[in-house]
Amino acid sequence: MAMIDEPLYPIAILIDELKNEDIQLRLNSIRRLSTIARALGEERTRKELIPFLSENNDDDDEVLLAMAEELGVFIPYVGGVEYAHVLLPPLETLCTVEETCVRDKAVESLCRIGVQMKENYLVDWFVPLVKRLAAGEWFTARVSSCGLFHIAYPSAPDQLKAELRSIYSQLCQDDMPMVRRAAASNLGKFAATVEQSYLKAEIMSIFDDLTQDDQDSVRLLAVESCAALGKLLEPLDCVAHILPVIVNFSQDKSWRVRYMVANQLYELCEAVGPEPTRVDLVPAYVRLLRDNEAEVRIAAAGKVTKFCRILGPQLPIQHILPCVKELSSDSSQHVRSALASVIMGMAPVLGKDATIDQLLPIFLSLLKDEFPDVRLNIISKLDQVNQVIGIDLLSQSLLPAIVELAEDRHWRVRLAIIEYIPLLASQLGVGFFDDKLGTLCMQWLEDKVFSIRDAAANNLKRLAEEFGPEWAMQHIIPQVLDKISNPHYLYRMTILQAISLLAPVLGVDITCQKLLPVVIASSKDRVPNIKFNVAKVLQSLVPILDQSVVENTIRPCLIELSEDPDVDVRYFANQALQASDQVMMSS
Amino acid sequence: MNWNGAEDAGLPAASLPPPPPLEWKFSQVFGERTAGEEVQEVDIISAIEFDKSGDHLATGDRGGRVVLFERADVRDRGSRRDLERQDYSISRHPEFRYKTEFQSHEPEFDYLKSLEIEEKINKIRWCQTANGALFLLSTNDKTIKLWKVHEKKVKRISKMNMDDSQAIGNGSIASSSANSPRAYLPNGGCSERPYNHLSSDFLFPPGGFPSLHLPVVVMCQETSLVARCRRIYAHAHDYHINSISNNSDGETFISADDLRINLWNLEISNQSFNIVDVKPANMEDLTEVITSAEFHPTHCNMLAYSSSKGSIRLIDLRQSALCDNHFKLFEEHEAPVPKSFFTEIIASISDIKFAKDGRHILSRDYMTLKLWDINMDSGPVATFQIHEYLRPKLCDLYENDSIFDKFECCLSGDGLRVATGSYNNLFRVFGCVPESTEATTLEASKNPMRRHVQNPARPARSLGSLTRVVRRGEATGVDANGNSYDFTTKLLHLAWHPTENSIACAAANSLYMYYA
Repeated sequence: MAMIDEPLYPIAILIDELKNEDIQLRLNSIRRLSTIARALGEERTRKELIPFLSENNDDDDEVLLAMAEELGVFIPYVGGVEYAHVLLPPLETLCTVEETCVRDKAVESLCRIGVQMKENYLVDWFVPLVKRLAAGEWFTARVSSCGLFHIAYPSAPDQLKAELRSIYSQLCQDDMPMVRRAAASNLGKFAATVEQSYLKAEIMSIFDDLTQDDQDSVRLLAVESCAALGKLLEPLDCVAHILPVIVNFSQDKSWRVRYMVANQLYELCEAVGPEPTRVDLVPAYVRLLRDNEAEVRIAAAGKVTKFCRILGPQLPIQHILPCVKELSSDSSQHVRSALASVIMGMAPVLGKDATIDQLLPIFLSLLKDEFPDVRLNIISKLDQVNQVIGIDLLSQSLLPAIVELAEDRHWRVRLAIIEYIPLLASQLGVGFFDDKLGTLCMQWLEDKVFSIRDAAANNLKRLAEEFGPEWAMQHIIPQVLDKISNPHYLYRMTILQAISLLAPVLGVDITCQKLLPVVIASSKDRVPNIKFNVAKVLQSLVPILDQSVVENTIRPCLIELSEDPDVDVRYFANQALQASDQVMMSS
Repeated sequence: MNWNGAEDAGLPAASLPPPPPLEWKFSQVFGERTAGEEVQEVDIISAIEFDKSGDHLATGDRGGRVVLFERADVRDRGSRRDLERQDYSISRHPEFRYKTEFQSHEPEFDYLKSLEIEEKINKIRWCQTANGALFLLSTNDKTIKLWKVHEKKVKRISKMNMDDSQAIGNGSIASSSANSPRAYLPNGGCSERPYNHLSSDFLFPPGGFPSLHLPVVVMCQETSLVARCRRIYAHAHDYHINSISNNSDGETFISADDLRINLWNLEISNQSFNIVDVKPANMEDLTEVITSAEFHPTHCNMLAYSSSKGSIRLIDLRQSALCDNHFKLFEEHEAPVPKSFFTEIIASISDIKFAKDGRHILSRDYMTLKLWDINMDSGPVATFQIHEYLRPKLCDLYENDSIFDKFECCLSGDGLRVATGSYNNLFRVFGCVPESTEATTLEASKNPMRRHVQNPARPARSLGSLTRVVRRGEATGVDANGNSYDFTTKLLHLAWHPTENSIACAAANSLYMYYA
């Protein structure tokens, strides 16, 4: 056994553990592969470590995944880009394993290395690798090859390019649907590297084949490349080749295909230009908005704003708005919810008049929706409408909706609306808030559910930050402090929590004058839980208060608590005392 | 792949004269019982499935085990693609040998519902082979698992940097490296490995350290088979899973329980989509449950499921996300015969199978096998009576619950014949080409033709021939308790080899294989 110098022990172990029985140790070693490489030096990394990794690839997926990832950034350790090709063999074998995430990572790493390799090296090493994978015996290799063409193609000489194109077209007709799917989903990337002349001839015929595939799952992915290809083609070619396909797809038998179209359609508008958009795409989109399948309507409704933004104000008012109106009373709550989450964005596109005439009634009906998600989605985007129609118009209908949500029987809904309150407050202004929402905020402090009380306390803090200490002194503090006399100790605890949150925002004076006395008084509470929470609150107050206050008020109270009969109270009181000692010492 | 010639015909190869009846011969038995041996409950086979190539066979049992068999007579394996192209024909019949077995499911207890979950394997389905490894799905009542079975080369590792005592005894290293200043890092807790102490300012010479070397891995010739559970698809079924079926797209599968069918992606085990839900708002309105479900062999959007009322529904996943509306319904419009108490019970379909061409569906109910053409929903194209002699005995069968036995059915790879099991360890093979009179009864034993009855009349059979079967059964003295019907020896599970005339069937704990 070779003698290892002592400082090298850690590395020696790291190397040995590449082959340890324990997967965690192997994983650890692989993650530190760069350290091993540096210890071996560039030459031995190339000649020993990389071949070693190529041969030892029957490991657990986690280890392989880590290996695939490490190798992607390994160029510096093998001696720079001139030697980058030595990294290809281990990644090539990783491209063939059956675990998808490992393959994907290996492909990603190969691409990362490929873009750095010099042209002639790509031709000598990378292109043959792609060809080998594409001719692989198992579908796993062929699937991986599809994601590598866009790296290999640009640097290849013409003849090789022709070969690569024909290989890709074969992959699109592979027996295995998995391979055709991979080819379909990578087509856009590959097409982007192919010359314009071949694009129209060869790539488009590949695309045509994919769009007519028997397997739904393949056609589905062909839709995805529609938008990508459309952007590559000249507008005229796009109109000639892509437009008919997408219009066809928008009426496909399969709802999943139509769903994909609904998601992608807006991306094509720019590629085909305004006239075809008006003549073909808008009617197709309108059909999708009225689709039989709720899933398709959900996708279409979710894109309504993006689509309208491209069209400008006129077309949407004519064609899209009537559909939007229908969707706002759709039978599926998920459709309404999707619509509610984007519809606010239409206001700036349509302008003030159209918004007030057409959109506002839709907002209002969605605000009264029976399904809380729909209402929440509207409220969360209020700022966008606010800018267009102003708050007065909105507030009349907004308030009832908020009140209803605030009292919803599902606590998660109440929680969601609480989280929007600070945003609403900033949008609606102090005046509106005082009148309508103030009481609600106080009401939540006495909710039955802890999470709501907790959120309510936090909400008060954020409101105080928004409107400033003076406003808080008037509108929050008196009400909050009143509630400390609540007969139920859990509610009193919420108030203590609120005090500890508010104190840093309100500043020293208010804290000393108003808040601290209440806390000190609570230290005499009959419930131990309150008492040790007092200790915790006092601890949090120490850093923000004057030393004299700490000495004269807080410490005596804590000392008293530290002699409490209850063990927990004593514990937290002592904790607080220690903390205050430290603060004193450091100041 | 090669077999879709009958696509246009109403029935498989309708224009051709029916092929001659097959002469079945015994091939093999695994786990044969010796006389008087008691069958252990856990050993009873509960699922059988050939893989797509027919080179492998899997069985599952009530003890939660999966046993794999591989073809022993396989010609020299070329590459997979060569095999696909090759139109091989071999004279020898398929022979299988034991390959491996593994424990797929363990008994569990659902504490929330106070329910015991049996480990019994309900179904096995093979997935796409990749990189020489076998993949299969197995399910019990609640949980589906994806298994990978592959050969692993045995490796020996030698020439470590540290000798064994050092490499293993981490403590000794920790103590020896305690001399180095790096060991005093404040975060160096006891759980930290020593190399974590290697600080970033450690200097590596440009040529590396020559004293370090990589471990040497020596591949041994011997290999070991390893079965690993790759995914667990759980918590998606409130009722018992009765079927799983792979999709032809190679990435999804369905699982069906009494009231729902869920769609999974093989790679995603934490979510599934409910695609069929027959649960009524009020469970008291429940009249019909799902009994079996299967994907179409080539159209990835189509699947069929059968119900306890004797109907088969074909649904198209393209139509909508939740496929509560079938696009085709296959039901037999019943002849006006007097209905009895048992009519509905025996109408319940226990199993359906698509023919390889995707054009036909075979269904099994308690008394019959029915072959349906998916282009004809007015009634089955053929009906085969399995054990008509039991009809007068339905009352007894109801009393001892046998009437609820779930018999499986299967089709030959060429679609010319169908088979299903019965009682007394019998199974029956029928020719399903028009004009075919083939109707063979075999016994799952080493002498399958012992009870062989050629039955020329179809579908109406003379009662004589059927009673003869029974009498012969008596004569052979199979029934120890003096009953002429032995309802405990039932042949529920069987599978037809995908390319050859070979049947594997389960009689209790024994796996019998026949060829013709």
